[in-house]
Amino acid sequence: MIKAILIFNNHGKPRLSKFYEHYNEDTEQQIIRETFHLVSKRDENVCNFLEGGMLIGGSDYKLIYRHYATLYFVFCVDSSESELGILDLIQVFVETLDKCFENVCELDLIFHVDKVHNILAEMVMGGMVLETNMNEIITQVDAQNKMEKAEAGIAGAPARAVSAVKNMNLPEMPRNINIGDISIKVPNLPSFK
Amino acid sequence: MPAVSKGDGMRGLAVFISDIRNCKSKEAEVKRINKELANIRSKFKGDKALDGYSKKKYVCKLLFIFLLGHDIDFGHMEAVNLLSSNKYTEKQIGYLFISVLVNSNSDLIRLINNAIKNDLASRNPTFMNLALHCIANVGSREMAEAFASEIPRILVAGDSMDSVKQSAALCLLRLNRTSPDLVPMEEWTARVVHLLNDQHLGVVTAATSLIITLAQKSPDDFKTSVSLAVTRLSRIVTSASIDLQDYTYYFVAAPWLSVKLLRLLQCYPPPEDTALRSRLTECLETILNKAQEPPKSKKVQHSNARNAVLLEAIALIIHHDSEPTLLVRACNQLGQFLQHRETNLRYLALESMCTLASSEFSHEAVKTHIETVISALKTERDVSVRQRAVDLLYAMCDRSNARQIVAEMLGYLETADYSIREEIVLKVAILAEKYAVDYTWYVDTILNLIRIAGDHVSEEVWYRVIQIVINRDDVQGYAAKTVFEALQAPACHENLVKVGGYILGEFGNLIAGDPRSSPLVQFNLLHSKFHLCSVPTRALLLSAYIKFINLFPEVKATIQDVLRSDSQLRNADVELQQRAVEYLRLSCIASADILATVLEEMPPFPERESSILAKLKKKKGSGKLPENVNGNAELHAEEPAAANKASPPPPTEVLALNPTPPAAAHSLLVDVFSDLSAPTAVAEDHLSRFVCKNNGVLYESQLLQVGLKSEYRQNLGRIYVFYGNKTSSSFLSFSSWVSSSDVLKTQLNVHAKAVEPVIEGGAQVQQVLNIECVTDFSDVPVLNVQFRYAGTLQNIEVKLPVMLNKFFQPTEMTSQDFFQRWKQLGAPQQEVQKIFKAQHPMETDAAKAKLLGFGVALLEGVDPNPANFVGAGIIHSKSAQVGCLLRLEPNTHAQMYRLTLRTSRDSVSQRLCQLLSEQF
Repeated sequence: MIKAILIFNNHGKPRLSKFYEHYNEDTEQQIIRETFHLVSKRDENVCNFLEGGMLIGGSDYKLIYRHYATLYFVFCVDSSESELGILDLIQVFVETLDKCFENVCELDLIFHVDKVHNILAEMVMGGMVLETNMNEIITQVDAQNKMEKAEAGIAGAPARAVSAVKNMNLPEMPRNINIGDISIKVPNLPSFK
Repeated sequence: MPAVSKGDGMRGLAVFISDIRNCKSKEAEVKRINKELANIRSKFKGDKALDGYSKKKYVCKLLFIFLLGHDIDFGHMEAVNLLSSNKYTEKQIGYLFISVLVNSNSDLIRLINNAIKNDLASRNPTFMNLALHCIANVGSREMAEAFASEIPRILVAGDSMDSVKQSAALCLLRLNRTSPDLVPMEEWTARVVHLLNDQHLGVVTAATSLIITLAQKSPDDFKTSVSLAVTRLSRIVTSASIDLQDYTYYFVAAPWLSVKLLRLLQCYPPPEDTALRSRLTECLETILNKAQEPPKSKKVQHSNARNAVLLEAIALIIHHDSEPTLLVRACNQLGQFLQHRETNLRYLALESMCTLASSEFSHEAVKTHIETVISALKTERDVSVRQRAVDLLYAMCDRSNARQIVAEMLGYLETADYSIREEIVLKVAILAEKYAVDYTWYVDTILNLIRIAGDHVSEEVWYRVIQIVINRDDVQGYAAKTVFEALQAPACHENLVKVGGYILGEFGNLIAGDPRSSPLVQFNLLHSKFHLCSVPTRALLLSAYIKFINLFPEVKATIQDVLRSDSQLRNADVELQQRAVEYLRLSCIASADILATVLEEMPPFPERESSILAKLKKKKGSGKLPENVNGNAELHAEEPAAANKASPPPPTEVLALNPTPPAAAHSLLVDVFSDLSAPTAVAEDHLSRFVCKNNGVLYESQLLQVGLKSEYRQNLGRIYVFYGNKTSSSFLSFSSWVSSSDVLKTQLNVHAKAVEPVIEGGAQVQQVLNIECVTDFSDVPVLNVQFRYAGTLQNIEVKLPVMLNKFFQPTEMTSQDFFQRWKQLGAPQQEVQKIFKAQHPMETDAAKAKLLGFGVALLEGVDPNPANFVGAGIIHSKSAQVGCLLRLEPNTHAQMYRLTLRTSRDSVSQRLCQLLSEQF
């Protein structure tokens, strides 16, 4: 069973956390920190598996992770999962994100947390692998987007008008967000062809 | 076109996120977040009804804030409202919030359940999926109660969409894990198994996951799945990859499903049906063959997927452990992986080989890879891989290669990662003990361990070496000589001082003939380390010194001088001081004969499970390790049933050396120091201790401890009496009963349940006494205990603390009520007053606690003098209820109390006054 799925960047900032077992908020944050600490100090080209931290259950659990550009994708699993299977699942997840966001980068995960959750929900459910076929996953996501568009078309118009008016006073449009010290152009993930 | 268009998100959300990202400091971020939280809170509380879009936006913001690690304590209700929206996007956000933020015991579950119920009934597959996801993610008991009967129906319904079936299967699996008792599977079993034949591979994968879990719980019910799984697997393995269109991943046909099917087959023994069995063998051979074919793609994903299936097939072969040819092929395959350039594969190969090493067919084959594994230990850059190498060396160790493996592990220990040193130390200690033909090698190994990694040598390890040295007289002389030499090093680890002190104290005489290790030299060597050691070690050394006095009368004067020095006799540490004083007295007073008896050599320790093994098991978690440790038949023979023994005794018991003086000496010491207190007699006054409390130790002797736990409600009471056997042998013909005087029998009913006639050594049994108060009483029932210990009959009588005040119910009342009732009880015989001297310090809090324990309610602000206590309560008995008022006036100057009680019955007033006045 998958106990938790965590995505954080090279600085340990969480970008997605999904726990399939209940912990309180403090523990969840501690687990993220502990996991980051364990994973980030590992060299590249060592193996992708390691024993879980104490908070998540110690040596009965494995952390299986992949590192893409600025992001770590970590799955915490028990012994009933195949290590290589999970590693491939991470790959499918990232490829799916890449297709859905067209060259996904860290900012997509930040500004569309809900979308990422929805894509993940098509793959993993309650800690179990639900679907591994990328085409199937993308079909589902597409269907959702269609529904969203349709709803936005009929009912969303007034709301969008309102928010457009509200935004007229904003000094800058979010297209040109100043990201501060972090550069906006996050390197793209390696291409998957 | 991207599936998610980036432009049309929620603008307010995007602005908020960029604001946060622009924050220069943590404080600024917290400030911005608090502002946003306040804004959202006011929006949610405001009079204006929010439209769905705004609710969605705010809930999304809350999710983002939560991700940053901030507590979210509101918004749940709005999220639940979104669930009942008929717009997909709003519903989706609602469900997302709930599955991320709501825990399983939230009080909103009922509302959520209602929304889920509607969505499940909607027949809209998208809504149904959202609802099923939510159930699976939260997985609470309430949800199981509400939906456990509904979901199997959805799962097997003919008209359910494939995606709904997939979700339903996993949802059911989740509920089965969290509340198995609520998910009855009997009537669905056949149809669930049949899902393995489904057209849609996604459904088959999900169903396989479900069946794996169910089959682990009740294998017999799901036996039929084996043949279906084999058929399915063989269709996948032998098919050309095009047959499976989308489920082919980088040229590997349905790798996840194959892995799951192979896992499912690991729940069962090899199939008995020969046709089926040969078909499975064929599958496994095909998988092994494919591994030798050239890869169809250079991508790492291709080899990953292929090897995932291959390793799972090997796991199944190892699990069946019945086909020698397959096992050897598996071992060879893993051997190839051991030298693969992919670190992941080396890691997994080492891990699989650990289990393979325990198969008798392949143990020898695994051993041929020893050099590769040792070089992995030395050259791998990755600590995870090195750790697996250590595990494998441990698993493949047997008598033939023990010396080599132990030597390699010791060598590795010098450079090992700190995080795994302790585990390696334990493993080395276990292997050295298990495969020691020659115990001098064992002693050398352990001393090396202490030298190399002293800080990581736990108590269990050095306790164990002492146990072994004491139990084996052929190694004692060698051990004494070796520790003596080791102690000469200028800096040696404290653990070595402990081992050295203990062993020289016991067996120093064996090397005293050599003038280089004469008694005085030995003593000076030990004492030179004394001042650098911690208190427990010094205590141990003091015990070694007194043993020296017995072994070598010629150093007696020297040692007495040391003991007599101020740094010992006036040591700030009580334990050290006491040892110094007692040992000094002992050496002065006792004759040589007595000394020899008191300080006799330690008797052999009883054989028990190695405490180190227990420690290693605890470290690694149960279940995983015993397999490795007792893996092959040879090991089984050496440690009969050791692994199955009950939990090991606590370490201090393993060696009776810390912090009490040696156990053998203990009883004799009592005679030498006659001023030590005699065993406590059965004190009469224990009864008064129980007037104001219900639990505690009623009686204790060297053999037996009797403890009480009692509870009372109105006129009924129940007492749990615990009899603890403090000895190591059994009490026989044990019986216990309660006797009462003839008068008391009419006032109080006591019913004692029978207890077991035998109490094992160290065990505790419980007896339940049911008590009913018929009318008020003043006698005390007696608890009689009788048993046979070491051939003699023991008889014990203890007064059982059942007093009238136990049947009190406290009563709160106003000042006015109190005085009205006080006046009503004005008849002279209804009031009892007593003036008595305080026996204990007159503290307000203590007095309050006692009065509350006595059973009355304390009434504040009734008495004009705040120093006085006023209480009220009702005594419940079967025949009558007696109201009771009391007043306690302390006089701190005179150290006196005045207690006044008024009740409607004079006997009650008398008895209560008597009981309570003894408490102050």
